[in-house]
Amino acid sequence: MSEASKRKVGQAGTLESNDVMITVSPGEEGSGISIELTSIVKEQYGDAIQKTLQDVVEEEKCRDIYITIVDRGALDCTIRARLLTALFRAGVVQKKEVI
Amino acid sequence: MNLRRTMLFIPGNNPGMLQNGGVFGADSVILDLEDAVAPQEKDAARFLVMQALKNVDYGNSEKVVRINPLDTFGAEDIQMIVPCQPDVLLVPKVESVQDIEKVTHLVAQAETAGQQPVQLIALLETSQGIALAYQIAQMKGRLVALALGAEDYTAGLGATRTKEGREIFTARSLVINAAAAAGIQSLDTPFTDANDEAGLYQDTLTGKEMGFKGKLAINPRQIDVIHGVFNPTPATIEWAEEVVQAIRKAESEGSGVASLHGKMVDAPIVARAEHILKLARRLGVEVMQ
Repeated sequence: MSEASKRKVGQAGTLESNDVMITVSPGEEGSGISIELTSIVKEQYGDAIQKTLQDVVEEEKCRDIYITIVDRGALDCTIRARLLTALFRAGVVQKKEVI
Repeated sequence: MNLRRTMLFIPGNNPGMLQNGGVFGADSVILDLEDAVAPQEKDAARFLVMQALKNVDYGNSEKVVRINPLDTFGAEDIQMIVPCQPDVLLVPKVESVQDIEKVTHLVAQAETAGQQPVQLIALLETSQGIALAYQIAQMKGRLVALALGAEDYTAGLGATRTKEGREIFTARSLVINAAAAAGIQSLDTPFTDANDEAGLYQDTLTGKEMGFKGKLAINPRQIDVIHGVFNPTPATIEWAEEVVQAIRKAESEGSGVASLHGKMVDAPIVARAEHILKLARRLGVEVMQ
């Protein structure tokens, strides 16, 4: 079993309005960042949501991660919080790094 | 001293409520990491509240965070929340001077250079906390108010919690007196039936008449009723202006005591009148200088 496949899947958030549910699965080395987005406002805000997710994973220096996101009209700061929680639960980032 | 007529609880793991918390006009919003959040969601709520503190506009509402007790998740809450610059931490289940000392130490460690010092409000909700209210209130520095949490308190006593509140009369008195003696604010327990407006009005009035300076609120619908009780009425403002005019006239004639409508006006009456006028000015009402 490879090192990457031993890592945990992390999930955070809900499917209530104004919220978002995010699942992160650490991928094999070199697989890069993949995002699968479902959103009630994808047409209007899909790009902005993708950018927020990209920004957070870059700030947290994450590589090789698969992100599934189901958005229910969450604000940018909610998306950030839920992604950080999912990454924290997956053991990808430590709490002190996100202060 | 900040106006804290209403302090509105907002569940820390509810993005919709966190983002709208500033629109209700509460004097303070309390972003709650404690009772409103399930143990397995504490981490998620902490991240949400951190982001809310940094990004959500709470208007004129003071930003308060209720942390968890130190024997559960409190130390982690302080470490992560304090750098996001809340105005105040509401510390639950305070039972001793040492509880406040420990929180003070952790807050000082967590503060970043140049940040506004984070203040503290002690929530007294156990028989031990009420018994030591005065010692706790005397903690100098960050502590700005004592708040009463009557649900846990009466559960601990084995008392029946009633809408009339006879069972918390002594606790209310002790909290109000301890805070007044130490020169800090006292804040009343929330009224937990959000659908009973008349009951809320009566409960708020009882607390105000006993000396509380504000009340915790569990629903935005409670804010107007509570403000209505704590705001000075036009008749009260008029009375206060007459008192101040009467004492000024007496003082110009070399006396420290005046008479108004046949009643004596002396220093405590003047102090009360001046407090009413000060409150009215802060609420934007035009009153005499």
